[in-house]
Amino acid sequence: MSGSWMLHVPLVIGAVITLFPFYWMMTTAFKGIEEASAFPPTFWPTQLVWDNFPRAWQAAPFGRYLVNTVFVALGQTFCVVVSACLAAYAFARVPFRGKNIVFMCFLATMMIPIEVLLVPDFIILKTLGWYDTYLALIVPWATSVFAIFLLRQFFLSLPNELWDAAQIDGCGRFGFLWRIAAPMAKPALVTVGLLSFHGAWNALLWPLIATGSSEMRLLQVGLAAFQSDARVQYHLWMAAAALTMAPMLVIFFFAQRYFIEGASRSGIKG
Amino acid sequence: MESVRWRDSIAGYLYLLPALFVLMAFHFIPIFYALYISMFNWRILQGPFVGIANYTAALTNPDFWDSLKVTVYYAGGVVIISIVLSVLIGYALTQRIRGRSIYRLVYFLPYITPVVAAALVFRWIFHAQYGILNYVLGLVGIPAQQWLLEPRGIVELMLLPIGIAPPGWAVGPSLALVSIIIFTVWHSIGFGVVVVMAGLSNIPSEVYDAARIDGAGPWQMMRRITLPLLSPTLFFLMVVSTIGAFQSFSSVYIMTDPVHGGPLGTTRNATMYIFQNFFEFTRLGYASAVAFLLFFVVLGLTLLQVKVIGPRVHYQ
Repeated sequence: MSGSWMLHVPLVIGAVITLFPFYWMMTTAFKGIEEASAFPPTFWPTQLVWDNFPRAWQAAPFGRYLVNTVFVALGQTFCVVVSACLAAYAFARVPFRGKNIVFMCFLATMMIPIEVLLVPDFIILKTLGWYDTYLALIVPWATSVFAIFLLRQFFLSLPNELWDAAQIDGCGRFGFLWRIAAPMAKPALVTVGLLSFHGAWNALLWPLIATGSSEMRLLQVGLAAFQSDARVQYHLWMAAAALTMAPMLVIFFFAQRYFIEGASRSGIKG
Repeated sequence: MESVRWRDSIAGYLYLLPALFVLMAFHFIPIFYALYISMFNWRILQGPFVGIANYTAALTNPDFWDSLKVTVYYAGGVVIISIVLSVLIGYALTQRIRGRSIYRLVYFLPYITPVVAAALVFRWIFHAQYGILNYVLGLVGIPAQQWLLEPRGIVELMLLPIGIAPPGWAVGPSLALVSIIIFTVWHSIGFGVVVVMAGLSNIPSEVYDAARIDGAGPWQMMRRITLPLLSPTLFFLMVVSTIGAFQSFSSVYIMTDPVHGGPLGTTRNATMYIFQNFFEFTRLGYASAVAFLLFFVVLGLTLLQVKVIGPRVHYQ
């Protein structure tokens, strides 16, 4: 018992430090403009100013940004799940020529830093006429090698007897994927889907380059632009930050085991 | 037999088609295209061929070397601090204590927050005038700092009270960059903790039982069993976080002035340098050349890690 206190004390201190920014974001978001920039600061708002949230939301077209972000994140997630599922199934179950070389090439693309792709992908988008469209935001990231890798591991773990039995029942290759393998891979598919939704929601560098107009802006880009517009209005920044963070926190609250599973899986056989 | 394999091959590539298209069009072919672009004086439109002039221009530009130094400081700081903390927290959370899943949830929470929003919060915490951090440190007698506005090196600032001025090469990363490192550690620690916990849970308990019978103490078990058996996990974390740190952008973009690269350019990392040359100065050829140089640095660093540290990793 005395030993466990030695662990609890540093863990609680660490947890308080970890959670403090969330607390500070929320309390600032509820303060009035004068209290927000008071020094020494108050640890709890003397009066809860709920009005900060609608004010921050209306200070920039955040409603539009939200619609864009949800659309892009869902579109990207759908594409990643479908394309990764198909590719993973091929790598795991279809004996095609050049499989190992293609798989190595896929893995190698994970090594490419995004900086190298910025300029050529930008020019490709311009040439295709996709600049400043949803296609520019979705298509370049419409698959994920990590997702393919994760799902391939799962499909490889399916017993061969399952395939044999399905074949006897007249199930073709695609039927096996659609009716048996994919439903069994549901937890892995959810993990992959959530990771790509999360990635799309957080992206800044690519949306900054692939779009130009305010109509095509995503939430995080909008938030970044907002902070350079509204100088020193920290209570509104914090309100806006909290609002753009909220959907991700809600999703995490309901699906935390998939996120944690995704992170811990990435370490295995890295 | 031959025709069956042929049919299989067609089927295989049909399944691969969507992923293959995306990777080919936007990840694989663009590398070669980037190489091509980097050999031209490419502004908004393609200009004349200049060979390796963009590369030599970068290599002789102090701004490029400064951005590389910032990147290396940042990556080194983030990787070392994150791994040490991940091992400590991950180890504590695999012991038999109460509330493990709650601790894990708390430490993981920052990782899922959008970097832009979270960095904005830290910018407010680090605020030189109204920031809570200066206030809290003031309570324990530490003088107020400029944090994200401070171009002076961390070593220089720490030696200031005792009146020693370190030479220029030893001043260390600016306090502004250190502040961003602190933010990144806060934001990414949950990933490391979860990976370390997964690695620790893979160590069979029989190994510990056997060591206990042989009379090993807790420190010996940590040194002789836990760390060696965890080394593949730590190696993975090191490689992945180094690659990630070399691509870091959002935190620098949000927390310090992107136009000037932070105070006196001390937070302008390589990604930011590339972004500026591309986006603000529309020097597409030059930006591509710098991106390639960075790519080689990351590749070299990864190979170095694999060659130097790889052989010391114990695979079960």
